[in-house]
Amino acid sequence: MKALSQKRRHPMAALALLVMALLLTGGLYAVATTTNEAKAETTTYSAQDIEEGQKLFMANCSTCHGMKAEGTSSGPSLIGVGASAVDFQVGTGRMPMQMQGPQAQVKPQQFNEEQTSQLAAYVASLGAGPSVPADEDLDISKGNSANGAQVFLANCAMCHNAAGQGGALTRGKFAPSLMGVSEKHIYEAMQTGPQNMPVFNDANITPEEKRDVITYLKTLDNNTTVGGFSLGSLGPVSEGLFIWTVGLVIVIGFTVWLTSRSA
Amino acid sequence: MGDHRDGTPHKSGAVVTSDGAEQDQFPNPGLPPHRPRVTDVDPKAAKRAEHQVVLLFLLSMVGSVLFFVAYFGIRVDGPLYDAVNTEPTSQLRLQNTLLGLGIALGMFGIGIGVVHWARTLMPDHEIVEMRHDIRSEEDRAEAQSILNTIYDESGVKRRPLLRNTLIGAAVLMPLPFVGLLKDLGPTDLKVLRHSMWDEGVRLVRDPSGTPIKASDVTLGSAFHVVPESLNSLSHEDGYLNEKAKSVVLLMRLDPDTVNVSEERKDWNVDGIFAYSKVCTHVGCPIALYEQHTHHLLCPCHQSTFDLVNECEVIFGPASRPLPQLPISVDSDGYLVARSDFHEPVGPTYSQRDFAVKEMQGEGN
Repeated sequence: MKALSQKRRHPMAALALLVMALLLTGGLYAVATTTNEAKAETTTYSAQDIEEGQKLFMANCSTCHGMKAEGTSSGPSLIGVGASAVDFQVGTGRMPMQMQGPQAQVKPQQFNEEQTSQLAAYVASLGAGPSVPADEDLDISKGNSANGAQVFLANCAMCHNAAGQGGALTRGKFAPSLMGVSEKHIYEAMQTGPQNMPVFNDANITPEEKRDVITYLKTLDNNTTVGGFSLGSLGPVSEGLFIWTVGLVIVIGFTVWLTSRSA
Repeated sequence: MGDHRDGTPHKSGAVVTSDGAEQDQFPNPGLPPHRPRVTDVDPKAAKRAEHQVVLLFLLSMVGSVLFFVAYFGIRVDGPLYDAVNTEPTSQLRLQNTLLGLGIALGMFGIGIGVVHWARTLMPDHEIVEMRHDIRSEEDRAEAQSILNTIYDESGVKRRPLLRNTLIGAAVLMPLPFVGLLKDLGPTDLKVLRHSMWDEGVRLVRDPSGTPIKASDVTLGSAFHVVPESLNSLSHEDGYLNEKAKSVVLLMRLDPDTVNVSEERKDWNVDGIFAYSKVCTHVGCPIALYEQHTHHLLCPCHQSTFDLVNECEVIFGPASRPLPQLPISVDSDGYLVARSDFHEPVGPTYSQRDFAVKEMQGEGN
């Protein structure tokens, strides 16, 4: 303890303290989020869930989506969108929207897992729609990432980039990056087609193919690139920018050094 | 300035000839005074610089050794890019990083070391090297006479056949390279007119190759589609060329919101539309489909097509709407093509207008 107190005025002490604090909060946050995700796998909803969900809906969603979720001029009808759509939109924090804009943005979730599932129960009770995916369909240890890559390149890569990094669309809309998105949310997005994304229903991309796509994305996510810096995997734009700025500065630096007179 | 019209190169003053010596207009400023470097006057500094150079050479050796350590020392076992076991991929990354670092350090150490050595320890006295005199007119005349001698002795004047065959050979020799250019693309541009689509060819999913029921295509869906006949085509038979011409995007729109012209009335199935995925600008695959705005966006140059108005161009450099594939449903409920595209898909080429005219003639 004495040694520690003696070193507290060391110039590196503040830095060490900062690193420890960051690690601690990061660790706690990671634990907290994983425990959140582990919960709620119910696909059958009780009458009470529906009732609670309706209350939440009235209080938080009805301004835009209407009192009976029939839709208004500021929000679409939710009848028949299914529990899956609610779980995606509310579970990723996209809904409730912060403000009207080209596209709903990801933000910290406003409802916890239980409330999200109650909302989903209410919306699912309004009309038949896709339900929240089963664990079986999200198990990437059973997926085939090679087939997933083919499906991804044919159906998804044009908007989300071949490396899943996302890309720009028209008028402020964009396809978000798929890195770090949970298996369930990727599945639900394919199933329901949130925002301007097209729907990829089970007749189009089967549940097995969806799992393969998720496996491919998780492979990209978990594996580092073997070539070193990926520079955002954006292709010639970021790579060109890098070499024309950093590379050229290095070359100029050496030229200056070579021709300067030594002291 | 004087009148130079009737001047000769020696008289006008406008041209400096090789024999005309110019008067020095300015005194020679000479060299700046020599300033000794720290390493010239301080033996300690010289010793330090020597050590630095030695260190850089040692760094180069370390780099070269590092290369071999990484090359033989790191094992990459197991399949790469596994979703669950990421160990082999990160091992390979480590190996690549160290291999690159080793070679880089090896070259960097030698290069920087040699330059540092030259800059600090090798002598740095200034030397004046005078400019060579410009060659005299005599040399020029001599060169001329050598060329004339060659011309005479080679006998091209007396033996014109030699000269003519040489010219012939030199002209013909580059032609093989022009011939190679021919292989860059099809010479028969008619292959660009038609794709594998034809009456009754089923629409199948890319890449699984399974047929599509009209009921599978729900509102807001987008299917990436190829002709069923492509399934049986191998790469040797031009699979990729045929696929490139026949890729199609299939979408269901609300029939009430879509403007359909009279002649294309029966080209869709209850609001299911099929359009070529090849951009009419330079042929990139268009598949950025916005479900709610009904815009199709090309990722290369942002050409935007409006699905509601038969894919007319609403933004960007493309000049023509995307060709629509007429579709219907067969007796089993699967989507089939009614015919091939009614125009060549993809970008403009030299004889496209002519091809369109002929194809419309065929149709009627």
